[in-house]
Amino acid sequence: MSEPVTALRGASDATGIATVTELGPLGMITLRGDLGDKAIIKAAVAAGGVTMPEVRHCATEGESGIAWMSPDELLIMSPYSEVHARLADLPDKLTKSHALAVNVSDARAVFQVTGPNAREVMAKLAPVDMHPDHFTPGMFRRTRIAQVAAAFWMPDAETVQIICFRSVAKYVFDVLNMAAQDRSEVGYF
Amino acid sequence: MLNIHCPNCGITAEETEFHAHGEAHLKRFGPGSSDDQFESYLFMRKNPKGVHFERWRHQNGCGKWFHVARCTMTLEVFASYSAQTYAPPQEVLDIIENKRPGWNAQEDAT
Repeated sequence: MSEPVTALRGASDATGIATVTELGPLGMITLRGDLGDKAIIKAAVAAGGVTMPEVRHCATEGESGIAWMSPDELLIMSPYSEVHARLADLPDKLTKSHALAVNVSDARAVFQVTGPNAREVMAKLAPVDMHPDHFTPGMFRRTRIAQVAAAFWMPDAETVQIICFRSVAKYVFDVLNMAAQDRSEVGYF
Repeated sequence: MLNIHCPNCGITAEETEFHAHGEAHLKRFGPGSSDDQFESYLFMRKNPKGVHFERWRHQNGCGKWFHVARCTMTLEVFASYSAQTYAPPQEVLDIIENKRPGWNAQEDAT
């Protein structure tokens, strides 16, 4: 097997009001189907290794997890080395359901923004109410970051984890760093 | 800026997370229709000053389609509702009637 390489080779910048780091590689499987179908939920739970999250939430445990993407889509996360094994298990469990499961690990980039100002960095870029009362750890939000589509959640109160397309990884890294540049605190949250 | 609610995933966000896709509830005229019908299906759109029904897509979110009733003059958004409808549901019409009494009659007159 060739060595997996992330889009920015784990670039990191801690010079601003929050630390922006490229994570990964992270295993990601897109699972589409009727989320009212118990077989699909069961397969997702088995592959994700966590309980099924509520609507607009995600459940994560280390690198494993399930995120609610849309009314008919889930994102199953896993350590990169396990993604093939987890994907291979899915078709057998989904034979009676109309569903689709695809490994999208290499099509994505993952970023982390950490620090007391992480909420502020996100609020500058996404049309999301980042107030601690409204966006809480455990919620999952698909939205845009500046001009590109992205999704993010907060593993804890001062960390935001972002998923975007690999093709725009450099743009997202740069725009996150611009929003996090030194002495740019707004002090809103 | 419009604040729009997506009935598919339940998120309310401003319009840059969504994309407008024109007038809602068009009836398609395809093969077998007259030239006039096809032309009006393809090109003729309402351009009201006031209540308008539109198709929107949650482009940067869940990716699903839905309908929005809004006012083109004040940019007030009345309601959003399922894409799987041929006409605005009664509760949406009631909301509009409440805020713009007689709006329908005005539209018919023009």
